[in-house]
Amino acid sequence: MAILVNRDTKLITIGYTGKQGTFHSLQCRDYGTQFMGGVTPGKGGSMHEGSPVFNTVSEAMKETEALASMIFVPPPFAADSILECIEAGMPLIVAITEGIPVADMIRVKAALEGSHSRLIGPNCPGVITPGECKIGIMPGHIHMPGRVGVISRSGTLTYEAVYQLTQREIGQSTCVGIGGDPVGGMSFIDILKEFEADEHTDAVIMIGEIGGTAEIEAARWIQGEMSKPVVSFIAGASAPPGKRMGHAGAIISGGDDTAEAKFKVLEECGVTIARSPAELGEKIASILPE
Amino acid sequence: MNIHEYQAKQLMADMGIGVLGGLVASSPQEAQEAAEKLGGSVWVVKAQIHAGGRGKAGGVKLAESLEEVEAHAKEILGRSLVTHQTGPQGKEVLKVLVEQGCRIACEYYVGIVLDRTCGRLTMMASQEGGVEIEEVAQKSPEKIIKVQISPSVGFSPSVGRKLAYGIGITEGSEVKEVTKFFKGLYALYTKYDCTAAEINPLVKTKDGQFIALDAKLNFDDNALYRHGEIEALRDPTEESAVEHEAKEHGLSYISLDGNIGCLVNGAGLAMATMDIISLHGGSPANFLDVGGSATKEAVQKAFSIILSDEKVKAILVNIFGGIMKCDIIAEGITAAAGELALKVPLVVRLEGTNVALGKKILGESGLDIIAVDDLKDAADKAVKAAKEFKKG
Repeated sequence: MAILVNRDTKLITIGYTGKQGTFHSLQCRDYGTQFMGGVTPGKGGSMHEGSPVFNTVSEAMKETEALASMIFVPPPFAADSILECIEAGMPLIVAITEGIPVADMIRVKAALEGSHSRLIGPNCPGVITPGECKIGIMPGHIHMPGRVGVISRSGTLTYEAVYQLTQREIGQSTCVGIGGDPVGGMSFIDILKEFEADEHTDAVIMIGEIGGTAEIEAARWIQGEMSKPVVSFIAGASAPPGKRMGHAGAIISGGDDTAEAKFKVLEECGVTIARSPAELGEKIASILPE
Repeated sequence: MNIHEYQAKQLMADMGIGVLGGLVASSPQEAQEAAEKLGGSVWVVKAQIHAGGRGKAGGVKLAESLEEVEAHAKEILGRSLVTHQTGPQGKEVLKVLVEQGCRIACEYYVGIVLDRTCGRLTMMASQEGGVEIEEVAQKSPEKIIKVQISPSVGFSPSVGRKLAYGIGITEGSEVKEVTKFFKGLYALYTKYDCTAAEINPLVKTKDGQFIALDAKLNFDDNALYRHGEIEALRDPTEESAVEHEAKEHGLSYISLDGNIGCLVNGAGLAMATMDIISLHGGSPANFLDVGGSATKEAVQKAFSIILSDEKVKAILVNIFGGIMKCDIIAEGITAAAGELALKVPLVVRLEGTNVALGKKILGESGLDIIAVDDLKDAADKAVKAAKEFKKG
């Protein structure tokens, strides 16, 4: 069954008729995703590449029964599109757009609280359940159906991990890119909970980065609540301090935002550490039940 | 994006937040005239660079006469100031801020920052003003009072009161005054899409006013499109020319101290590539993310930047094509190597979309490329190549 998306998931794209929106919608459809059409205000009622276009999200949901959306709207308007999806009661929103202002995402985050929607991203590759449903920009062909879950804050690094698995003929249940922005939707813990409850997932790869403390919180959650093995890599051990974040940011996290600090806590919490990004496949192979 | 202290204070003054009278000067003569115009008998001459720790480095000086203002400005201007944030090469001072003096009763700290765990802004204040706040956070975190601000409610006076009482300001009119300051700072932060605001120190003067003696504001690059007035404050002399050039081509580039040039797609993979180089005993010369949708021209630019870096003794190209197609990367590399001679060993690892085509283009280019199997092999061979090249 995997998590979040499967062969029954019906998808619409917000910003469908744009260049990126069109290209990736068709890629998803070619992969086998049930692509139902999309939304571009002002173009409602027309057909685009064989699928219908609607003016609003609620109209598109009503007509197509889609319960998942993929956002390809340019950064200045992307938060508004996410808010429209939340307002319409869209259960799953996958925001690919990179470069949304933080202040806009603070408003989105507040709107998500108590809503019926779950947001993945923004600034993420999306989510894929190999062989069933792809929502996002990841290259579908490197994936293989199987029983390892993947969560990551990075796009191409996720592909690297998936590739290492597929090379070893270790398939994936679902791969989720949660995005690299400071404020986003579903967290590591939210996704870990899904994998823990999913009977088709045996182990999880979690790929983090420097900055913030999401990996630390995830590590503590894993220690207390997770029965399945987790392998983790944190990118940025060699990154110089101060280059990505201001000083005020370091205060609130109390210095827990370095790769070293995250590796340490993950290890203490029983997570298998891959110090090298080339070891992810190997480490998973070593802990998987025969 | 960062701006200078004098620019931040101008924005604050426009919002009605307490700052001292001050004028910016770029010559000793101008500094003296500025002091004369400001009036009074005490001034402070402050170096304007985008880095903290200026006081300790000798970039902030008190003057008690116009002659002294001129002398201090002469000493500071044109000098390379080395602080804990500038790196050993320091930063050249091109402007000074001449500011009126004031009589300080107490020093505090106040800042606004995003709390990523909950996706809300947090306002922080401390009684330990004028010292390194990072140190306070480490040694006595209880001395930093933090209040979360709900995005739907915004700043309410209770936020100000909680912070004021927390840092020992209890007298009625003072609580009101400092709350006004906090409120103004929050309004400024949200108006201009700041990503960090830090006032250290915030001082209470002997006549009960609250004034920002220093001001540091950072802005969200992603929101600059809606704040032309902030973009106009950009100081190109503060940004590395190469990093700026890279940005104009949609590349994310940061220069580092090592000798292996890296060209990667995606920030996470770019960091991971630096990490694996370090793990194999090498040292990266840069962070370079060509992004997800780079054109041949952008890749060409990226490769040229690496080729022009004299520190570089080997190059590692690590591409996992998703939206980015391997043939575009190959074409960009070939074009760049056609313009600038490739004198150092080149290790290329291509995977993903159009990988066969990319390899074919590189194979036919006549470039001497070290072939690799996977990420580990790539790092290994790049580190070895850099070491051997250095030996000559």
